[in-house]
Amino acid sequence: MLGLNKKDMTLLIVVTILTLSAPFILNPFPTDSAMAQFNAGYPDLMQRFAIFGIFAIGFNLLFGLTGYLSFGHAAFLGVGSYSVVWMYKLLDYNVIWGLPLAIVTSGIFALLIGFVSMRRSGIYFSILTLAFAQMSFNLAYSVLTPITNGETGLQVYNNDPQVLMGANEASSPHLFGLVMNSSAKVGVGAWEFTFNNGYYFCGVIAILVFYLSIRIFRSPFGMMLRAIKSNQTRMAYTGLNPRPYTLAAFVISGMYAGLAGGLLASMDPLAGAERMQWTASGEVVLMTILGGAGTLMGPVLGAGFIKYFENIFSKINDTVLHNWFAFLPDGLEDFVVFLIHPFIGKGWHLTLGILFMLVVTFLPGGLVEGGQRIAAMIKRTKEDEDTPAKTEPAE
Amino acid sequence: MDAIILQILNGLDKGSAYALIALGLTLIFGTLGVVNFAHGALFMIGAFCAVTLSKLLNLSFETIDPTQTDFLGNPLKVKTPYVIEWFGMDTGSAIIDWAVPLAILFSIPIMICVGFIMERGLIKHFYKREHADQILVTFGLAIVLQEVIKYFYGANPIPTPAPDVFKGSFDFGTMLGFDPNVIIYPYWRLVYFFFSAVVIGGVFAFLQFTTFGMVVRAGMADRETVGLLGINIDKRFTIMFGVAAAVAGLAGVMYAPINSPNYHMGMDFLVLSFVVVVVGGMGSLPGAVLAGFLLGILESFASMNEIKSLIPGIDQIIIYVVAIIILLTRPRGLMGRKGVMEE
Repeated sequence: MLGLNKKDMTLLIVVTILTLSAPFILNPFPTDSAMAQFNAGYPDLMQRFAIFGIFAIGFNLLFGLTGYLSFGHAAFLGVGSYSVVWMYKLLDYNVIWGLPLAIVTSGIFALLIGFVSMRRSGIYFSILTLAFAQMSFNLAYSVLTPITNGETGLQVYNNDPQVLMGANEASSPHLFGLVMNSSAKVGVGAWEFTFNNGYYFCGVIAILVFYLSIRIFRSPFGMMLRAIKSNQTRMAYTGLNPRPYTLAAFVISGMYAGLAGGLLASMDPLAGAERMQWTASGEVVLMTILGGAGTLMGPVLGAGFIKYFENIFSKINDTVLHNWFAFLPDGLEDFVVFLIHPFIGKGWHLTLGILFMLVVTFLPGGLVEGGQRIAAMIKRTKEDEDTPAKTEPAE
Repeated sequence: MDAIILQILNGLDKGSAYALIALGLTLIFGTLGVVNFAHGALFMIGAFCAVTLSKLLNLSFETIDPTQTDFLGNPLKVKTPYVIEWFGMDTGSAIIDWAVPLAILFSIPIMICVGFIMERGLIKHFYKREHADQILVTFGLAIVLQEVIKYFYGANPIPTPAPDVFKGSFDFGTMLGFDPNVIIYPYWRLVYFFFSAVVIGGVFAFLQFTTFGMVVRAGMADRETVGLLGINIDKRFTIMFGVAAAVAGLAGVMYAPINSPNYHMGMDFLVLSFVVVVVGGMGSLPGAVLAGFLLGILESFASMNEIKSLIPGIDQIIIYVVAIIILLTRPRGLMGRKGVMEE
């Protein structure tokens, strides 16, 4: 169905169901319980899951398939955001104008940058993309202020033209009147579930682009990209020029990033230059690697993992820790809290850095590989249990 | 003419910092073949060595001085640094004043240790892995080091002044026969330039004129053959990693008075240093130094008002533009060698 084989179809259906029911799944704890702080089912965070999922899926199409490590993808995220906010300023708050423009402009941008950067590979490619992204960031901060509004960030002002703006139109991003930041709250017993328009908008787009990425993975084009990753010289000897393929992958992945940036601006009508900084590029690299580069689900898992724990870790403070370890003797309790203290709250980046180093060192395939290993281990222990049972009767 | 000289001088100190960091990066790259994204963090640790030493020297104890009173009439508490107590007023305050230069001595052993631990503990395991993996793990390490520093020192820049003697500027123009007050240059920046020249010279002399350096150079050219001759090349490369870390650390120590150290200064410099290394040519030590000064000076020229009015914003992007042009026209960089990191 839909041009997918059975396994991929199952994956797509599972992802669709998970995405659509996320407000339930991510909200397992009753609102008043002490565990409620671990709930992730509120709009802002769920939107981030979907948007950064898209960003990471796009990055994975480049890095996972071709092995080209781009350190400049945040530039496309920024371009996408700026495009959408400009459409708000010129036309109206309907996101339908901005998002296609975000994809097109970031695609063109990626074509230009890719055309130059793709002349080199390996470390040189990483540094070239990094240089381009830093250049865009610096320009957005300084000379391009008329377009980007510099440090303040681009936003909609009252005296903007907004030519299509109707009299009763909502004054925040919407899709034909479906206002992004409005949500319906449903209380079921002790639970309260939030169904946010913006999240479902991002979620549906995320499912679509996930489907697209499965198709790209399974297409002859995807095969070609993987061939480039495994041996570029051999590709050249068989008479194929790898550059158009890698360039196409770069542009597609840039368009994904632009879409993600556009969605960020669709949820919150702001665009700032800091979105283009290279730390933002680093973040998507972390997400993809942590989840598992080159796999379908990996980047999505990585994005969800990082965004979730970023949010949770910054909420935990010493008081919470003391509550957790209250069962320990006082001295030991203080000691344990003291040990954990640097890693929580503002120390989230430290935890992330350590985790990332551990993953790169011991688990190059990321969380997906970890899952597979555990699955294999369970399978093996089962087989071990099965084998003696079979041999015993023979004795 | 005077404007040109002024800009060259302005470019020198930034260029020196670029050159020192790029030199260390190239040393690591040329010997161990590892792309070290954590090198900026080493620069930052160096700068924080200076901060730490000046804090240590300022450790003081409080005494109550009965002769003085504060505005409420209570006896005034006077803080006396231990150093002044031990060495007397003159020597003690001189030591505190010279904290940054003293930090050079303090930082070298620390940086070498940090370098050894990094190489033996982490990077050693990544020789056989892909370059992408090396980039990623050192990137993770850079984040960790940066956050550790942030945890101990906070997120705000910490001003670390240079010794009083080097405060202020001197009129360089009058020495060359220009009008007074045309070319004014802060003393410390001149010190920084000479210091880095000495360090660069020292590293080159070490590699060129000692047996150890000769072996290292041979190892850079052909690691396997040197190993087959019965020389423990790995040990020497580890030492070179320590030296590279020390060079980055020294660059950081001396940079502390120019720019108050904060925890992300390493990352800011790292991106530029990589560009410098690529422009100079991967694995070429003279190339790294040349490109460092070249880009530093170009950057300060681009920030001249005359040039900015011609091409707005050029000062922000000049380094990247140059890097892109060089990479596309001379893929090996200015002085890159054939066969070193071709892809």
